Amino acid sequence: MTETQNQTMTETKRMNMIQALNSALDVKMSQDEDVLVFGEDVGYFGGVFRVTEGLQAKHGLKRCFDAPLTEGGIIGSAIGMAAYGLKPVPEIQFADYILPAYDQLVSEAARLRYRSNGEFCSPVTVRTPYGGGIFGGQTHSQSPEALFAHVTGLKTVIPSNPYDAKGMLIASIECEDPVIFLEPKRLYNGPFYGRPDDELKTWANSGLATADVPVGHYEVPLGRASLVREGSEVTVLAYGTMVHVAEAGIADAGVDAELLDLRSIVPLDIDAITASVRKTGRCVILHEATRFGGFGGELSALVQERCFDYLRAPIERVAGYDMPYPHAFEWDYFPGPIRLAEAIKKAVEYR
Amino acid sequence: MTKSNLPRLELHIPEPPARPDTEVSFTHVNRGEAGAVRRPDIAEHESNMRDLPYELIRVLDDDDKAVGPWDPKLSPETLIKGLRAMVLTRMFDERLFRAHRQGKTSFYMKSTGEEAIAAAQSLALDKGDMFFPTYRASAWLHARNYPLTTMCNQIFSNAEDPLAGKQLPILYSARDYDFYSISGNLGVRFVHAVGWAMASAYKNDTKISLAYVGDGTTAEGDFHEAMTFAAAYRAPTILCVTNNQYAISSFAGFAAPERLPFAAKALAYGFPGLKVDGNDFLAVWGATQWAAERARTNNGPTLIEFYTYRAEGHSTSDDPSAYRPKDEAKHWPLGDPVERLKDHLIALGAWDEERHAALEAELKEKVKVAVKEAEAIGTLGQSKPPIEEMFEDVFAEKDWRLKEQLRELKHRRAGEGA
Repeated sequence: MTETQNQTMTETKRMNMIQALNSALDVKMSQDEDVLVFGEDVGYFGGVFRVTEGLQAKHGLKRCFDAPLTEGGIIGSAIGMAAYGLKPVPEIQFADYILPAYDQLVSEAARLRYRSNGEFCSPVTVRTPYGGGIFGGQTHSQSPEALFAHVTGLKTVIPSNPYDAKGMLIASIECEDPVIFLEPKRLYNGPFYGRPDDELKTWANSGLATADVPVGHYEVPLGRASLVREGSEVTVLAYGTMVHVAEAGIADAGVDAELLDLRSIVPLDIDAITASVRKTGRCVILHEATRFGGFGGELSALVQERCFDYLRAPIERVAGYDMPYPHAFEWDYFPGPIRLAEAIKKAVEYR
Repeated sequence: MTKSNLPRLELHIPEPPARPDTEVSFTHVNRGEAGAVRRPDIAEHESNMRDLPYELIRVLDDDDKAVGPWDPKLSPETLIKGLRAMVLTRMFDERLFRAHRQGKTSFYMKSTGEEAIAAAQSLALDKGDMFFPTYRASAWLHARNYPLTTMCNQIFSNAEDPLAGKQLPILYSARDYDFYSISGNLGVRFVHAVGWAMASAYKNDTKISLAYVGDGTTAEGDFHEAMTFAAAYRAPTILCVTNNQYAISSFAGFAAPERLPFAAKALAYGFPGLKVDGNDFLAVWGATQWAAERARTNNGPTLIEFYTYRAEGHSTSDDPSAYRPKDEAKHWPLGDPVERLKDHLIALGAWDEERHAALEAELKEKVKVAVKEAEAIGTLGQSKPPIEEMFEDVFAEKDWRLKEQLRELKHRRAGEGA
């Protein structure tokens, strides 16, 4: 290994999540000419959230380009490219707009390997910003992870900080399966603790080690939860934006809670979840998506099935209310730290 | 309240020209003259070719001669190869359709009347070009000598099924034969073909792609997504509409009101569209060759409408006599593709009835032997791939769910003594 290679592997920079994602794409595009990036406004302009900024200038027009406004076309053509042997990384501008491509993802990307008995596969990584907290109303705020987790054959990844975002995007691109890579847009510029009136933090001034991002190539493996906070009284399961909200809620509750950041919900780190709940005997699940039929239901069932004899309280779910994301009522809808703290206390106090 | 001085609105519902209780009517079919349509240079600008979708490209005339600029001038040997593939397709379809009636498979679909299209294209395109087919394109595989027994094994979903029991009969996948995995969702792969072609261009490769949708599927968003993408990136692809006049029972007039040629849809996207007699092996070949040359020389995509007729039911679950005149197929103004190519070869002096009968006998025997071989392995429900296969290829590597579920299933089977 040369000295410069060694340096890029060990050298770190303070990065926000946008820069970290951009760096992941840059690293992979530099490494592998089969990696290409396209989507609406991602080329010359660099994406509405700037994640692809500079990639066209650096890697060329054919490596990072704009697409017509057809999500089905973007994902469908990406599947064709992947079947040829490329590693496309298309962007869907908002997860709210991914539904026209749902048939392509569910009927094609997820099943191509299976139905062709391994003759064809579609290792496409679909990047898309999800989640609320930005006053985006019902068309720029949704959390559709359960729609993808339910579809076997797809992997669903949701990082919560710049370090994981870069390492998991690289791992997703290198993965041989199609990946839905959900980017918590509320966390693009800084951590968010679910208290909209607090002063905004940037990743740079957050004081968090997860904003120290290696400049070069590294991977954060898919399917491994991260232990954000060790605790003994209750296990809190969260991912994406809600990881930080969970930290705030735990602090508010004043309880010695263990916090697991699931990081990817498919594959799911069932061992980490089981071990933690067996230790604490109590479990609270937090997600921003609507509650009924949400991924929290699956988590709750798994915990119940595997930890029944260890549970000392009913499993609590804290989630979005069951309605379209309501614009003016954003903070009434948003499952913030107050609601989490209540649920934690309820779980811990249950006898 | 209704304003009485305004005309009342009326909803229009398209209706086909004939139903089971009426006379066959094909008065709307304009056959044109064989050889009459001009063949522009492949580099011609799209704006100078906008007349093409409105005329029917034909090569074989009523005297069984090949005429006009679209004649690919093929050797008799090549024509016989094509004829063989078409006859084989028809015989295979007949035999396997009967196998369904005998309970040996769950499902079957015939290509009857449409064999010329995939047979000609399979032979006209190069090895390595990728075909994104529909379920009525098995002539592609027959033209390339795909093993018949392997095909039967999939149709019977037996232990030797090349797709290991994971896919329906006849929804083949054959990468080594440049045949992309099919599924029952229509149109979705039209876009894949464009992405695949874009990838080939991105890699400065020389391969092109070919894709089919039926007339009905042009109404799907996927058709328009593919057309938009193909146009924007000038993808080296040949996009085809196999217009066999029917989407199950619905006549093509639903997807193309007022009988607008499907080929004309290309005009709105800014690339050429051809309307081609799909029952004319030579016209299919000639048009394909033209579109392939365009694609290979960076002149972009072509839309080809193959005008044909679905001579049999949609599938084993369909009875077309319930919605169209029983004898409609016999009256199709563009004839039977097998008969037409055969008559052309006879007119050339390269074929005769005896040789044709011998070919039929030979292929009939070949199909019979293949079916017997597959039956010896097992038909539906009598033989199936190992149960482990069910859990393979969901992901590149099984996750804990699949491992647990496989264990559970094996455990139960062990308990049952299976």
